[in-house]
Amino acid sequence: MTRLLRLLPYAVAIAVALALPRAMYPVLALDILLWGLFAMSVDLLLGYVGLLSFGHAAFWGLGAYAAAIAAKSTGVPFAIAALVGAAASALLAVPFGYLAIRRRGIYFAMVTLAFAQLVFYVANEWRDVTGGENGLHGVPRTFPGLALGRSADFYYAALPLILLGYVLAYRIVHSPFGHVLVAIRDNEPRAQALGYATWRYKLLAFVLSGGLAGLAGGLFALGNGFASLDLLHWTTSGQAVLITILGGIGTLWGSLLGAVIVLELRDALTSAPEASGVVTGAVFVVIVLAFRRGLWATGRDALRRFAAPVVSARIDISEGEVRHGRS
Amino acid sequence: MSVAPTTYAVETDGLVKEFAGFRAVNGVDLRLEPGKVHALVGPNGAGKTTLFNLLTGFLRPTAGRVIILGADTTGLPPERIARRGVARSFQITSLFDQLTALEHAELALQAASTVGYRFWASEGALERYRNRSRELLAEVGLADLASRPAGKLPYGQKRALELALAIALDPRLLLLDEPTAGMGVEDIRRTIDLIRKAHAGRTVVLVEHNMGVVAELADQVIVLQQGRVIAQGGYAVVREDPAVVAAYLGQAHA
Ligand SMILES: Nc1ncnc2c1ncn2[C@@H]1O[C@H](COP(=O)(O)OP(=O)(O)OP(=O)(O)O)[C@@H](O)[C@H]1O
Ligand SMILES: [Mg+2]
Repeated sequence: MTRLLRLLPYAVAIAVALALPRAMYPVLALDILLWGLFAMSVDLLLGYVGLLSFGHAAFWGLGAYAAAIAAKSTGVPFAIAALVGAAASALLAVPFGYLAIRRRGIYFAMVTLAFAQLVFYVANEWRDVTGGENGLHGVPRTFPGLALGRSADFYYAALPLILLGYVLAYRIVHSPFGHVLVAIRDNEPRAQALGYATWRYKLLAFVLSGGLAGLAGGLFALGNGFASLDLLHWTTSGQAVLITILGGIGTLWGSLLGAVIVLELRDALTSAPEASGVVTGAVFVVIVLAFRRGLWATGRDALRRFAAPVVSARIDISEGEVRHGRS
Repeated sequence: MSVAPTTYAVETDGLVKEFAGFRAVNGVDLRLEPGKVHALVGPNGAGKTTLFNLLTGFLRPTAGRVIILGADTTGLPPERIARRGVARSFQITSLFDQLTALEHAELALQAASTVGYRFWASEGALERYRNRSRELLAEVGLADLASRPAGKLPYGQKRALELALAIALDPRLLLLDEPTAGMGVEDIRRTIDLIRKAHAGRTVVLVEHNMGVVAELADQVIVLQQGRVIAQGGYAVVREDPAVVAAYLGQAHA
């Protein structure tokens, strides 16, 4: 019974994911899930290793370009192209991570920002491959046996890959590796004194995070049919960080919630783009002030308090497994 | 240089650590016999913790060499030294605030394996460390607090967990920086018993201000003052040493 109860949220989540393209434009629904995955990759570093990356646009954007190029030049099925995007970004994350994890705090943020600017510059100059300012358009999306012309069709075809990304992020956080990451976040010298080569763990986390961002970016390019320079722009990195903070650092699912809010807001404000920045900023300030620990953690605790009289005993049991704001 | 007949647990040659021109450790030559309890004492600021940091790789020496369990470890990072069988505890309690006491023990127990890299595995992979973890926590009196995050433990229990972490590594060399600091009589008693038990088959180096603890545990006492060793030997001998008496004059503790 308790087990079933614990599976309930996942069942609800999948039902929501399946119904989403009926409730809103399928393109928007896809963007929300992908930005959610992108922000999760940021949260993986920020919430679980304590590293604020301000350069994740590099991985999102490279994933998009790599997937677009793979799809355009070879016509591989979209899933393969998306995985090419993930692999390219994970690969790029190796040298970037190797150099960046030597820094902490604001210096780490600055180093990652600088690397991302470098990637932006290269993409801008390397016109033959990237299309320069025009970007790459008409990216095909195919899959043997499936007609993916309509956005809703692609949404459902991409959903398993997206869910795979979420599951991987969840797995990473709730694995022996995740425990070591939290230990490093809390007290790196102590972890070293126990014999953990902490830089290797941080590097692996960085590469996994880059790969997840690349997967999200690749699917974004395939879903929207283009890859363009603004995917690599520093404001894209900023947006991912903003989504993570809105949803709640170190909550993983909060990133998805943050993506819903930011993208819905942006969609609602498309008719008045000049107001969008101000409104998003204002919403951000209000949410951060009202929900100190982000929407997810605050909402979850409220829900627990509300449900407490009914299932208090059960929650006590699950508390040990859910544990203190890490889930 | 002639080859020493025994392998020392710790050997240092002309060890120096300078902080912006100030010599916190100033030419220390240690030869610590294996299997014994060595107490490192000296007034505040004598350089005891700095010496620990040099031995465990948290600081690089300005000059000199460190040889631990027969191997030159000078300049190695802390994790490499830890993996050679060296565990330390910290003077200022140093734990993982968000992790439970049980997870602390598991982290220490699994440190020797590569299970920590398994990002694809479930937490069930840690199950096999659970029993030993609980045992360990029971040994240090934390059985009832196993599922509490370390940040929420009372001070005395934090110190106990600090010690448990070091013991869990099953080290050949155990370095304890003021394990009884701030403890009441009862906790001190238990800590002494624990160290004595943990000592079996190991070398222990203990920084300690409480001379009762030193007298009870130490086979060998090393007195440090202003970064130099000013005396060493058995407790009874060392405490009569005029240089030691002079060093401790005016010091509140002794
Ligand atoms: N990182 C550092 N930078 C500058 N000075 C330092 C540093 N670490 C220690 N010192 C100085 O080196 C000297 C020795 O400090 P250390 O902590 O080793 O003393 P200690 O013997 O452990 O003292 P206590 O009994 O108070 O713990 C002190 O004067 C201290 O101020
Ligand atoms: Mg000290």
